[in-house]
Amino acid sequence: MDLKEMYREIVNEHNLHPTHKYDFENPTMFKRGVNPSCGDDLTINLKVEEGVITDGSYVGNGCAISQASGDMMMDLIIGKTVDEAKHLAEIFNRMIKGEVTEEELEELEDAQALIDISHMPARVKCALLSWRTLSEMLDENN
Amino acid sequence: MNAFRKDFPVLSENKYAYLDSAATAQRPVQVLKAVEDFYRTANANPLRGLYELSIKATDAYEDARARVARFIDASSSEEVIFTKNTTESLNLVAYSYGRAFVKEGDEILIAVSEHHSNIIPWQTLAKEKNAKLVYLYPNEKGEYSLDEVKAKCNSRTRIFAMAQVSNVLGIPKPIKEYAKIAHSVGAVMVVDGAQSTPHMKVSVRDMDADFFAFSGHKLMAPMGIGVLYGKKELLEAMPPFLTGGEMIEYVTEQSATFAEVPHKFEAGTVNAAGAVGLAAAIDYLENVGFDFIEKTEEKLTAYLLDELKKVPHITVYGSDSYKEHVGIVTFNVDDCHPHDVASILDADKVCIRAGHHCAQPLMQFMKVNATNRASLYFYNTEEDVDRFLTSIKNVRKELGYGS
Repeated sequence: MDLKEMYREIVNEHNLHPTHKYDFENPTMFKRGVNPSCGDDLTINLKVEEGVITDGSYVGNGCAISQASGDMMMDLIIGKTVDEAKHLAEIFNRMIKGEVTEEELEELEDAQALIDISHMPARVKCALLSWRTLSEMLDENN
Repeated sequence: MNAFRKDFPVLSENKYAYLDSAATAQRPVQVLKAVEDFYRTANANPLRGLYELSIKATDAYEDARARVARFIDASSSEEVIFTKNTTESLNLVAYSYGRAFVKEGDEILIAVSEHHSNIIPWQTLAKEKNAKLVYLYPNEKGEYSLDEVKAKCNSRTRIFAMAQVSNVLGIPKPIKEYAKIAHSVGAVMVVDGAQSTPHMKVSVRDMDADFFAFSGHKLMAPMGIGVLYGKKELLEAMPPFLTGGEMIEYVTEQSATFAEVPHKFEAGTVNAAGAVGLAAAIDYLENVGFDFIEKTEEKLTAYLLDELKKVPHITVYGSDSYKEHVGIVTFNVDDCHPHDVASILDADKVCIRAGHHCAQPLMQFMKVNATNRASLYFYNTEEDVDRFLTSIKNVRKELGYGS
């Protein structure tokens, strides 16, 4: 997939019509992540009950890749256990670094469309912002 | 087709529309060859030479210094110090001149539109000395008023530092007027010439700058060679910046006396090949001629600005006049983050800069997170601009907006 296709087929949809971008009442955990160099800014809200992420949202602003990546991440982790979410974050991180297997890619569903970011060093931090913030938050709340 | 374009290997196949020369220029084969020739025929450690080859290296390095002095109209070669780049040159002034002569309660005057390299050294100095860092603010077009400069330059002002041309807005500044004001209150005028030197004839004597910094790589020289010009009496009064080899006269276990300027400020083995490359780049630049450079850039800037303003959903920053841009056009596309814009253009092999351009205080003042910047040089063509325009017209569509 070339870059424009990536935007057209995946990124734009999640950026312009996100499912999970809204203010969230009473999250059990939340965390803000920022990329100071480009102004990407995103806050993740989660509701975690007995080790399961039962609901979540994000709010923020920034480039299309940072925001779309947040929406795709929410698609993936809602309904999963905290450990499963950490596992996905770890795979996503390796995908962006170009160190991932075919089977692992499948687990990422839509988010695997961002694999080409691994060839675009300047955009890596955009794609990783939501996942990095999630990992830090889950580790802090352990 | 531009007659000079064939000299630039990166441009010769027209693979890229390279519109990021304000970040770094491309290099012509003449510069590459000069560097190679130095290493092939004159390579030895300069300034330590008791043998023919080292004398060749020393001569090549010192000839380059004389070439730079002529280029910027310095009174003598001794006023030219070779550094790594503009950033190092400005740091040299802040560390050496600043630490020796700025005291508690003194003021340092800079503009909010400065590049971080002309902000942070002064910020650091001000904190260390309990001095005050005072800012000038422009109008919405990016222009500064002489009245504000006069009002903020006072008897406490020790240093007034400003870029001759802004790396974001391009607007050229009346440095000669500023220097007069600075000198009338006893301050020194420090000029960041990184964005001006590649595009216009500079005379440090005419503008009466006390210090003038520029980078070689923005005027087609190799990366890693830059210049600090300083008035000789100031340089002589300043302590060394870096210390070590080559910058001493006599050393004992507990003390040292230092070499004469400029060598006092050039510790360690110098970048002689870089200096030779810089001299070759200056030869090339003067052969092209500032008349041609200004005419070509103005024509292309006018075309780019006119066409860009016809595109819906575009905001262009800076002056309405193409003459006030020095080849730099900074803009935003409604709803589109500059990093997405640059990525879409990259897919079309159009190279622009996106982000804060190392000028975050200016971005905060302009109330934008980031901007896009297309910058032109004399080797660009109307075709480069057309490729840029074609790509930019599709950006909103590519990012999922109606038009």
